[in-house]
Amino acid sequence: MNIFHLSWKNILNKPLTLVLNLVLFSLGVGLISLLLLVNVQLEEKFQKNFAGVDLVIGAKGSPLQLILSSLYHLDSPTGNMPISESKAFLNPKHPVFKKAVPLSLGDSHRGYRIVGTDKSFVDLYEAKLREGRMFEEIMEVVAGATVAKNLNLKIGNQFQSSHGLIEDENLVHKEAKPFIVKGILEKTGAVIDQLILTKTQSVWAVHEEHDHESEMEEDHAEHDHAEHDHAEHDHAEHDHAEEEKPLTEYEDQSITSLLVQFKGRNIQALNMARNINENTNFQAATPAIEINRLYTLLGVGEEALKALAMLIIFVSGLSIFISLFSSLRERKYELAVMRTLGARPGFLFQLIIFEGLFIAVLGFLCGIALSHGSMIFLADFLEKSYRYDFSAALFLKEEIYLFGGSLIIGIIAAIIPALQASNTDIHATLAENKG
Amino acid sequence: MLKSINLSFQYLGSPSISFPDFTAEQGEHWLILGPSGSGKTTLLHLLGGLLSPSTGNITLDELYYSAFSTAKLDKFRGENIGIVFQKAHAVQSLSVMENLLLAQQLGGKMLDKRKIMDLLERLQIAHKANQKPNRLSAGEQQRVAIARAVINQPRLILADEPTSALDDKNSTEVQNLLKESADAVKAILLVVTHDNRLKATFPKQLLLK
Repeated sequence: MNIFHLSWKNILNKPLTLVLNLVLFSLGVGLISLLLLVNVQLEEKFQKNFAGVDLVIGAKGSPLQLILSSLYHLDSPTGNMPISESKAFLNPKHPVFKKAVPLSLGDSHRGYRIVGTDKSFVDLYEAKLREGRMFEEIMEVVAGATVAKNLNLKIGNQFQSSHGLIEDENLVHKEAKPFIVKGILEKTGAVIDQLILTKTQSVWAVHEEHDHESEMEEDHAEHDHAEHDHAEHDHAEHDHAEEEKPLTEYEDQSITSLLVQFKGRNIQALNMARNINENTNFQAATPAIEINRLYTLLGVGEEALKALAMLIIFVSGLSIFISLFSSLRERKYELAVMRTLGARPGFLFQLIIFEGLFIAVLGFLCGIALSHGSMIFLADFLEKSYRYDFSAALFLKEEIYLFGGSLIIGIIAAIIPALQASNTDIHATLAENKG
Repeated sequence: MLKSINLSFQYLGSPSISFPDFTAEQGEHWLILGPSGSGKTTLLHLLGGLLSPSTGNITLDELYYSAFSTAKLDKFRGENIGIVFQKAHAVQSLSVMENLLLAQQLGGKMLDKRKIMDLLERLQIAHKANQKPNRLSAGEQQRVAIARAVINQPRLILADEPTSALDDKNSTEVQNLLKESADAVKAILLVVTHDNRLKATFPKQLLLK
């Protein structure tokens, strides 16, 4: 029958009060923990996906949308870049560009995006092959680790792509040649895990069946494909996508965007973005700038949530204080009697402190369970909506600080009642019901 | 042997109360009687080390415990003095058994469930050992209080109005149990009361005015 057992029994003796305190405390702790879980992973994903890209060039529109669609594969692209107008950028001997990786976006397979590009894309993310080989011919694809896992793709599997970025049976390119899986990449933790990569020319080949350009507008999924002319093209008018030529020679085709790395940080490079924005039909966006802007916007929401969490924790601390304090009034005789049995004032002090601590520890554990449990649902939602992989099983060192903070709150809430208990005047209390 | 000499106590703003010098030998049962306001409870609290006297001192087997520091006094009380109050005021969140284990712990004695069960059997509440105090009747709760007062085999048992809240039947039972329990550990028993039902059964009496 030690002090732990006694304080434990005491808080269990008032179950409704305990539940109230736990609900409040776990709500506060849970909210902070959830914010941490999301934030840490969000930042990690943003950082990893910069991939050393200095500039993204694409159709004019919102620079943030350009970055989101071409670097993070969220949101829809802003438009096209016709090859005829982009030749300068695609020059392998460009004076300022070390690397310009072309992207052709707009198609998907069962919800995962297909990216028409070249092998340099894989190098951006330092991705390695886990099985098979890179794509060489038209219609060969390499799948990122997450796609391969979730769709159970194996080397040799074939599939037909869908138009647009949403999974829809009606939009499958049924007449097109199928894609064939030739390689699967190792997991990198970057966006490449959730992409299916192929040669730019493959995407063009698929679309040659339809009489339309690679449309990238957001409302494209709503098009009624019966409206498209499925008649045979006069193939002589088009360059066959199957042939191996540098992209610059496909003058009738378009790409979506270019991911650019500079040779060096000189004046020319720094002026590139402004130059493109002012003097061409395209826009150039700097990932770091746009993402910072996004952070600033998100930051306001996050601060509000943090403030709310602090408020909840304060209220729960107050609630613990109030329940301990009022319990003293109910228990004053039994506390006085404990003193007569030999309990020192310090014993009563510790007793109340432990009661506060137990509530805080339980509240913390419930809060963590709540946040990680919610994260499971949230991760599921994020995966379905954005294809990004969030984990609920991540345990952060910040949660240890959160535990320490919970203990401190438990102690602070309990201190005044504890002092009051230890100052129990045995004689006055027990002499009370006398005449 | 319990001895009090020249004892008096003064509450703030009130006149001082003096108590007659008093000696009790081991094993004796005493009744301390007096009307309301005569200071019976004050005397009991002084004898129990719950209050420090303004003048005089109290000794138990030559130990001047009325002069002990708080720490020493708490320890002394836990080991040597058992007190029964008008209401048991047991710890509500613990069972009867756990309450008695707590008494053993606070009294610095070894935890001994067997010993507790024996005592509860003698007091005829063994069947309530695992119940919480609020499930017991008033008479049963007083028996828990008695058990708690004697479990550590004290040298002195003090009872403050132990029967005042009980009916005749329970009053008789509690009186007898108190005396038997005191005899079992050869303790001095002092009962402070205004309950006239006890006068007949306690030959040694101290009257306060």
